[in-house]
Amino acid sequence: MSITALQQAPLREHTRILGVGAYRPELIVTNDDVCQWIDSSDEWIRQRTGIVTRHRAPRDVSVIDMAEAASREALISAGIDASQIGAVLVSTVTHPYATPSAAAQLADRLGATPAPAYDISAACAGYCYGIAQGDALVHAGTAEYVLVVGVEKLSDFIDNTDRTISFLLGDGAGAVVIGPGDAAGIGPSVWGSDGSKHEAIRMTRSLLDVRDYAMGAVATDAEAAEDDAEGESLWPTMRQDGPSVFRWAVWEMAKVAQQALDAAGVSAEDLAVFLPHQANIRIIDEMVKQLNLPEHVYVARDIVDAGNTSAASIPLAMHRTLKEQPELSGKLALQIGFGAGLVFGAQVVVLP
Amino acid sequence: MASNEEILAGLAEIVNEETGLAPESVELDKSFTDDLDIDSISMMTIVVNAEEKFGVRIPDEEVKNLKTVGDAVTFISGAQA
Repeated sequence: MSITALQQAPLREHTRILGVGAYRPELIVTNDDVCQWIDSSDEWIRQRTGIVTRHRAPRDVSVIDMAEAASREALISAGIDASQIGAVLVSTVTHPYATPSAAAQLADRLGATPAPAYDISAACAGYCYGIAQGDALVHAGTAEYVLVVGVEKLSDFIDNTDRTISFLLGDGAGAVVIGPGDAAGIGPSVWGSDGSKHEAIRMTRSLLDVRDYAMGAVATDAEAAEDDAEGESLWPTMRQDGPSVFRWAVWEMAKVAQQALDAAGVSAEDLAVFLPHQANIRIIDEMVKQLNLPEHVYVARDIVDAGNTSAASIPLAMHRTLKEQPELSGKLALQIGFGAGLVFGAQVVVLP
Repeated sequence: MASNEEILAGLAEIVNEETGLAPESVELDKSFTDDLDIDSISMMTIVVNAEEKFGVRIPDEEVKNLKTVGDAVTFISGAQA
């Protein structure tokens, strides 16, 4: 009996990011706006977080709308037609449906069908998780071009009176296209998780509590909220243990960033740009110190205007950096995302 | 092993580096928040630098008990023993 030789997808040696796109919603929320809801001041918020404004999307603009706008720009920037896309990966924790995914609808809107499409739930590390997967798919010959989107409408999941995280958060979308390259364009991904710290950044309650309320199993909103001192409202919103997260972010993530440099075989001297997740300017500044980044490395501080946009923050920062300094195209950038899970991911990439 | 005086001097150095406060203003009975005006983020930076300097581990849940400089000196001294 003869056995037909099984064919495997042909491997591709090199991958790279071909183009980037962004969408920043038009509503701008200032620190003075935020101080209507929490007892604070513009100065206090700037000093502790670096944030001056954050963009937020109006009610009629969805996660998919924002993802579409960023993706269209990324496709044009990459010079790729949507029909060439071999996979659509959307990193988000704010698409308000457990299923179907935002990615499947995005692929349809863009004309990328029947490309496989799925969402990634990795919060602020979501974009770097997407790059890890997109890189692997192109490498392995599973797809030729992969669209990776980081998009969040965090304003749907905040409590304006919360002092732990809500005032930091903004909405937005960033997208890149990954494809084959002539030379190495994406270094090895250093990524991981630590679920033992799942409560460090969390939602106030689960959707099952909302169901119980809606079904009448719980008589009143106040009764439902009684079990949980964290939120008056029944609607699930974000909370965090700021100081613990700060400590983890700075000291553990500086090590991960160093591992990404080592894995890529480059040193901090070789970098042109540092693109950390835009969580807090003091985390960014402290990481720069821990990593001993030389003066010539441009450090993205998009957080000042954009706030913390979770999965969207790194591609938004990349987009802005290249818009303001187009000469950095083709140079090396270190990107690192970290957040709720806890989860983290980092790579050294060649900027598109 | 550092003496309490050495721990205090080391802490004062760390606080000075993070906040710019004069080392001599870092005294045992001073509260980190009320007297020295150190916010929670700076406190974490101080804690991590103290861990490194004195070779001890200060868990997150312990940090909120360190209200005064003296509390920190006592904890570090005990953790070193």
